Amino acid sequence: MIRYIIRRLLYAIPILVGVNVLTFALFFFVNTPNDMARFHLGIKRVTPQAITEWKIEHGYNDPLFYNARAPGIDKLTRTIFFQHSVKLLVFDFGQSDSGRDIGYDIRQRMWPSLAIQVPTFVVGLAVYISVALMTVFFRGTYLDLGGVILAVVMMSISMLFYVIGGQYLFSKVLRLVPISGYDTGLSAFKFVVLPVVLGIVSGIGASMRLYRTFFLEEAPRDYVRTARAKGLSEIRVLFRHVLKNAMIPILTGVVVVIPTLFIGGLIMESFFGIPGLGAYTIDAVRSQDFGIVHAMVYLGAVLYIVGLIMTDLAYTLVDPRVRLE
Amino acid sequence: MNILAGRLRRMAALLGLFTLLLARPQPLWAQWNDPYPQRDSGRNILYAAFTERPKRLDPAQAYSSDEYTIISQIYEPPFEYQYLLRPYTLVPLTARAIPKPVYLDSKGRRLPADAPADRIAYSVYTIHIRHGILYQPSPCFARNASGQYLYQSLTAAQLRGIRTLSGFRHTGTRELVAADYVYEIKRLASPWVQSPLFSVLRHYIVGFKRFARTVGHLRATLPRVDGRPPYIDLAQVPMVGVKVLGRYTYSIEVRGKYPQFLYWMAMPFFAPMPPEAAHFFSQPGMARRDLTLDWYAVGTGPYMLTVNNPAREMVLQRNPNYHPDFYPRRGDSSDVKDGLLKDAGMRLPFINRVVFIRERETIPYWDKFMQGYYDESGVSAESFNQVVQYSPGGQAQLTPAMRARGIRLVTSTAPSIMYYGFNMLDPVVGGYSRRSRLLRRAISIAINTRQYILIFRNGRGIPAQSPLPPGIFGYQPGCAGRDPYVYDCVDGRIRRKPIAVARRLLAEAGYPDGRDQRTGKPLLLYYDTPETGPEAKANMDWMRKQFRKLNIQLVIRSTDYNRFQQKMRQGEEQIFSWGWNADYPDPEDFLMLLYGPNSEVKFNGENSANYNDPEFNRLFNEMRNMNNGPARAAIIRRMVSLVQRDAPWVWGYYPVSYLLRQAWVHNVKPNYMATNNLKYLRLDPALRARDRKAWNRPVVWPLWVIAALLVAVMLPAVLVYRQKERKSPL
Repeated sequence: MIRYIIRRLLYAIPILVGVNVLTFALFFFVNTPNDMARFHLGIKRVTPQAITEWKIEHGYNDPLFYNARAPGIDKLTRTIFFQHSVKLLVFDFGQSDSGRDIGYDIRQRMWPSLAIQVPTFVVGLAVYISVALMTVFFRGTYLDLGGVILAVVMMSISMLFYVIGGQYLFSKVLRLVPISGYDTGLSAFKFVVLPVVLGIVSGIGASMRLYRTFFLEEAPRDYVRTARAKGLSEIRVLFRHVLKNAMIPILTGVVVVIPTLFIGGLIMESFFGIPGLGAYTIDAVRSQDFGIVHAMVYLGAVLYIVGLIMTDLAYTLVDPRVRLE
Repeated sequence: MNILAGRLRRMAALLGLFTLLLARPQPLWAQWNDPYPQRDSGRNILYAAFTERPKRLDPAQAYSSDEYTIISQIYEPPFEYQYLLRPYTLVPLTARAIPKPVYLDSKGRRLPADAPADRIAYSVYTIHIRHGILYQPSPCFARNASGQYLYQSLTAAQLRGIRTLSGFRHTGTRELVAADYVYEIKRLASPWVQSPLFSVLRHYIVGFKRFARTVGHLRATLPRVDGRPPYIDLAQVPMVGVKVLGRYTYSIEVRGKYPQFLYWMAMPFFAPMPPEAAHFFSQPGMARRDLTLDWYAVGTGPYMLTVNNPAREMVLQRNPNYHPDFYPRRGDSSDVKDGLLKDAGMRLPFINRVVFIRERETIPYWDKFMQGYYDESGVSAESFNQVVQYSPGGQAQLTPAMRARGIRLVTSTAPSIMYYGFNMLDPVVGGYSRRSRLLRRAISIAINTRQYILIFRNGRGIPAQSPLPPGIFGYQPGCAGRDPYVYDCVDGRIRRKPIAVARRLLAEAGYPDGRDQRTGKPLLLYYDTPETGPEAKANMDWMRKQFRKLNIQLVIRSTDYNRFQQKMRQGEEQIFSWGWNADYPDPEDFLMLLYGPNSEVKFNGENSANYNDPEFNRLFNEMRNMNNGPARAAIIRRMVSLVQRDAPWVWGYYPVSYLLRQAWVHNVKPNYMATNNLKYLRLDPALRARDRKAWNRPVVWPLWVIAALLVAVMLPAVLVYRQKERKSPL
């Protein structure tokens, strides 16, 4: 298994380099270093000299990929791409274009993101599985039909509607929780409860439909019939046997998400004023801050790869027949 | 079955706990939806919101209104604008008086105060600052018992674990001295600071450019420290035109006569910067820990920035060292009626703390204002009809629902202009021929700005007649100030000329019915805009409709902002929309937008239309150095008539701002020049606490309805489950 993990990690290197090149190419296709300087220096009374100074100060005065004027190997190393990428490969995120320590900001802002994402993920998963199993239990009845119709309706509604509707109903009309904001420690509870509930509710439709399909595939199998024949209650059959055997397709979609939880939710953080990493990324895109955009895309790619490896490892835990070679 | 029964028992227990919580005589929070800590309830704290993070807090760099909202409360330039008086009037802040410039000829001989501008080679401003003004507590001033600085020679070990300024245990202060102002002017000249004022001051302050070259060279040649450029003590490098004359006196020598210089000196660019602060933040390791002047301000103003977390909030706390400063005793005639002079002569500031909360979206911002959690708000387009209604006389007033809450509406016209520009370098719409002039005038008549204001700004604007907005010297209200080429005066009111006139002008220009007489082809024009997305679409459709009145086909080239700016710099645009906010209340700041040597394409200036009329340029040079008076007004009238004749802009509109304030906020008077206005505001926290409580009683019964619904859904499921469980599996 160790060999497998090492091999997967080695495979990740060209992927990460590719992500780096793509991020670079896409970002600088839209924004030139001059545009970035103008954006940061403001609209009024910006001189070409100030733009040059800004580029020197922030390391954007070299060519992007190839420095024809530099001697020898410097042709490749004295470029924006090389200077900004090498440190990133060893997780030195450096400073943002506004001068902030990106690594420190990420460490600070991951907690508000986690405060929303972890409960939404954990409670959500439990709710989705339970609801899907219940519909399987009632399959063929009006309850099943009603559940499926409700799920289709719920998955057809935009996330934004849940957020705005939730804020309107629970914060504005009923005045039960703050509309937006954030605090640390236990005081964070009143700020995160609504985004968490809305996050869970908005995901019920799609997840319930998906998991129901997985469970329905398992329900007619022999081992389920055997379990019933042994006299086990239906709840026990579903939660102990069906669920365990349907774990592989569930894990495929779930484990890969775990590492990326801390990257946060863009809409939730924006509407609820949560100072997490989702809002951090959005702000960076808006302010053309390449340092942050680059770091966040890179981090997202790394976490996704880690998630995929974790998924493979999880397969071996839930299904002893799976061997990683 | 046991599992289900267990689950039901647990659910019942949770429901019981929930019931207990709801049934408490005192709820968990005074108001459940209160976003602020309970301990701050009833305190003298102002709550405001910001949507975008201020990019820079360094007074040498900051230039946008959101940055000034913060730093103008911290840094104090020598002068400020009187809060209540209109027209805008400069008064001393840290200075003892507004200085009268001493004029010198080219040989350094003193000239009389009324000397003609062309004889004045230099103007010398000598500023005397008040004694006893102290800086806010800051670690950069901290000293030990023997008087040595504690944190001016920091080692890596001392910095370990420190990420914020509060990591330094000791703070200190010192008296403001003239040298601090001189130091800041030298920072403005330092190339690495990248001050936006560099491009202006290099033409005026004597020795400014040479100083920039000297320190730039020094920085480039000295060895780097900790991988960063070395610290240069600017106090040791002289600038010929800026001198410290004593502990409390300094002078600035300016080329020629430049009365607007005093206005610049009322902006945070000219606030004092203690060299201790500059050195403190330049030490190795500080920038890596985000300890920079851009993040932590050190000033003498009424407030100090104690929390700077723009992802969530920024907090200004009353500066315990703030010098005596008093609410103005003089105001406009309407100020007494509006209750704005009730606090005359009172010590400032009134508010202890100002909390700015980050609100990225308008809906939560507005809802929180309506719940009393924000003390002020603008009026968004979405909520406009809920807030404002127009009286039969066309006067904006609050709806009864808003009035019932005690909310008040403050309207004001900003010293700004939004306009559509023609690129005067363009072969079709540009140039100074009769043909192109008539074409531009026809378009000016066709674009109905009043309609635009009604549709897209809910009536919040005044159709512009010239580049000069209300409140700026030279602005003429009513028919006297109208653009006679676009508007008529009917019964003493300005009325846009009929579209038939525009069609006639178009035909005279050689485009009868929108076709080029010479080629017979339809006239095709291009409008460049950085606006994209669904909201912009309505705007674009409206714009096309305006041109269609003349049978002109309008192609809208919508690009991202970077590309738009590039087009403007290279003169590739044909028609565009743009705007300008006043830096200072002088017509020069607006008329320079049409001054030839300020052309964007040729000189990288602010004249985006690239208008260049020799007569206008000559008059501009004459007018810019004059004091306000009849002679200057006459020249301005002539300049305005020239641009009305040439029509390089479709005048657009002067924005009108609507500000809502809660009943508990007092002394609100919009002052677009005075950005340090927070010190004048006063709160009634008791009234706020009472209203918040009344407006935010939680409504709990729907929770019971939801719970009942859940039970109603679950009950049949449980019954079916029981039924199934009782049945034999076979």
